[in-house]
Amino acid sequence: MALGVESGPPKIPLARDPRFRGLATQLVLFGVLALVAYLLVRAAANNLARANVATGFGFWNQPAGFDISQTLIDYSSATSTYGRAFWVGLLNTLLVAVLGIVFATILGFIIGIARLSSNWLVERCATGYVELVRNVPLLLQLLFWYNAVLKALPDFRESIRLPGGVFLNNRGLFLPAPDFAGAGETMLIAFALGLVGAVILAALAPHRRIVAVGAAALVLGFPIAAFLLSGAHVTFEYPQMSRFNLRGGIEILPELAALVVGLVIYTAAFIADVVRAGLQAVPRGQVEAAYALGLRRLYALRFIIVPQAMRVIIPPLTNQYLNLTKNSSLAVAIGYPDLVQIFTGTVLNQTGQAVEIVAITMAVYLSISLGTSFLMNIYNARMALVER
Amino acid sequence: MNRLVNVCVTACLLAAAAATSAATATLDDVKKRGTLNCGANGQLPGFGLPDSQGNWTGLDVDLCRAIAAAVLNDSNKVKFVALTAKDRFTALQSGDVDVLARNTTWTLSRDTQLGLNAAAVNYYDGQGFIIRKDLKVNSALELNDATICVQQGTTTELNLADYFRTNKMRLKTVTFLQLEEAVNAYETGRCNAFTTDASGLYSVRLKLAKPDDHVVLPEIISKEPLAPFVRQGDDQWFDVVKWVHFAMVNAEELNVTKANVDEQMRSDNPEIKRLLGAEGNFGEQLGLTKDWVHRIVKLVGNYGEIFDRNVGQGSPLKITRGLNALWTKGGLQYAPPIR
Repeated sequence: MALGVESGPPKIPLARDPRFRGLATQLVLFGVLALVAYLLVRAAANNLARANVATGFGFWNQPAGFDISQTLIDYSSATSTYGRAFWVGLLNTLLVAVLGIVFATILGFIIGIARLSSNWLVERCATGYVELVRNVPLLLQLLFWYNAVLKALPDFRESIRLPGGVFLNNRGLFLPAPDFAGAGETMLIAFALGLVGAVILAALAPHRRIVAVGAAALVLGFPIAAFLLSGAHVTFEYPQMSRFNLRGGIEILPELAALVVGLVIYTAAFIADVVRAGLQAVPRGQVEAAYALGLRRLYALRFIIVPQAMRVIIPPLTNQYLNLTKNSSLAVAIGYPDLVQIFTGTVLNQTGQAVEIVAITMAVYLSISLGTSFLMNIYNARMALVER
Repeated sequence: MNRLVNVCVTACLLAAAAATSAATATLDDVKKRGTLNCGANGQLPGFGLPDSQGNWTGLDVDLCRAIAAAVLNDSNKVKFVALTAKDRFTALQSGDVDVLARNTTWTLSRDTQLGLNAAAVNYYDGQGFIIRKDLKVNSALELNDATICVQQGTTTELNLADYFRTNKMRLKTVTFLQLEEAVNAYETGRCNAFTTDASGLYSVRLKLAKPDDHVVLPEIISKEPLAPFVRQGDDQWFDVVKWVHFAMVNAEELNVTKANVDEQMRSDNPEIKRLLGAEGNFGEQLGLTKDWVHRIVKLVGNYGEIFDRNVGQGSPLKITRGLNALWTKGGLQYAPPIR
């Protein structure tokens, strides 16, 4: 035995090298998964071909030919394609998601804080709200709100007239539409610039209060300045009574209102509990210390309790945002034209291409959800405890 | 959310199902299983609706019962699956149902792109409008600017947009997944009018709180030949479904009824003899038995009888035969001869 011939660590046979074995296992597993996925896709394609069902994405550019009640972008049943209908549906879904998230957060925080109130009545009401709302299926709640909206509001011929040319009836809320005589686009651009400025300010400014005031000034000031510089021309298009409807102006559909109200009320109940849990997770000593320093309850909440609670609140809050977005697909039950109603509803039925359309829709919801959680993760990282 | 999951599951089934059911013979499957899976409406009186005991009735329902009578010798061995307009084709494509008898309009793209075949027209329909009387509208051409409720996933949706476009009228639609939701929205005044196939309008009108406050407009804006559908590529089953309908029409033409079918077995008329299997082996050519039509008429009835019982004078709908009268009486129902 000649010692010293080998240098370095003892040589291990490849088959026993833990690193190699780990890597090999991963590779084999990946290979098997890829093969299964490939076989499934191939089988599906073969079966569809054998069943003589049309496949592919050729339908995207074919004319849609159906009407949609709420379109945020130009759409006409005569000329628009299925692809355009997809974008209309996607924007309608995003509109509900954004409105829902904003209002559910506000309402959820109010209820959550109310649940910890020392006022017996407030605390009981908040608890009652949470228990009632979160234990009734969302679909039923949506149907309830939709019918409540429809039944409570008068027929279009007996519209409620509100000041400023605003009408309310069971077809929706009709507002005068401002017409800036060509300055509208300039104002939109100014608004976008203001937003960008606010973001930059938020990144650079040393103090939060400066951010809040400055951002508001930028976002509102830019469009107002653009409006004044362009000659301050504005006319309003008022809704007019026609034989069957109110025509003109901006129209907010009852379906949209019912969907947003239903989603907000439902999701706020869950957010309230998340907030309550977060607030209660703040160590008692912190709260007592705040009071010992003579801070009033509101100040203690704002400067001591909520900032610490946010760390516990944000991750489950993200889940609620994702749920709200996905739950918005229940819109189909109350006639709101969201992505699921338009795309996996009418478009799927008219083209019959279920596999492609459902795959696209799933990809869209996945992207929205991943996008939301990406933003919330950034926010979470900023709020996380900074170790010193 | 549930809806989304539902659709996804159906799509996955569709993708995977055919792997196991490659070009199978539906007729053999049905015989082996002992029940017929029939995709039906579930919400439309006169065409497909279960009562509180779960007994289904309707024109489409009776077609399925007739198929079961011919294939399984029992008109009750049918499992009805209530399908929405939106889900119906996927259910048939994926093999959930053997036949789709759900007031479905026969169109070219459904015949080709969807991989389905329309077997025979069991009801000639057309699209119309129902509207409140107090709006004092006499014609669909006065509907410019109106808001119209419609059910999703139907040819109705497309015809509506076409009609308003052709007549240069402005339109607002509100689209619902379920018929009942659409009707409810119409009744509460969310829409000025509701549109669907004319046959459906009559049953919808009956369900309204005050039927007399509503009127069906005279215009029929489209052709809606309603047909049972089967999957493409199974010609034997396609023939069975097609000929069950034709058998019922032929039976009516030859005055073979539920009541007199046993008597008619002894008829000297060669056409009746062939129809009822006293002569020839036409049932066997279809993969059934000789007396297939005898069973259909005995257990379900002829076309005139099921029409009368479900949508005609014997029903609350009281729809006249119109286009659905036999060709000998000025209608369009015409069946090729059994010979």
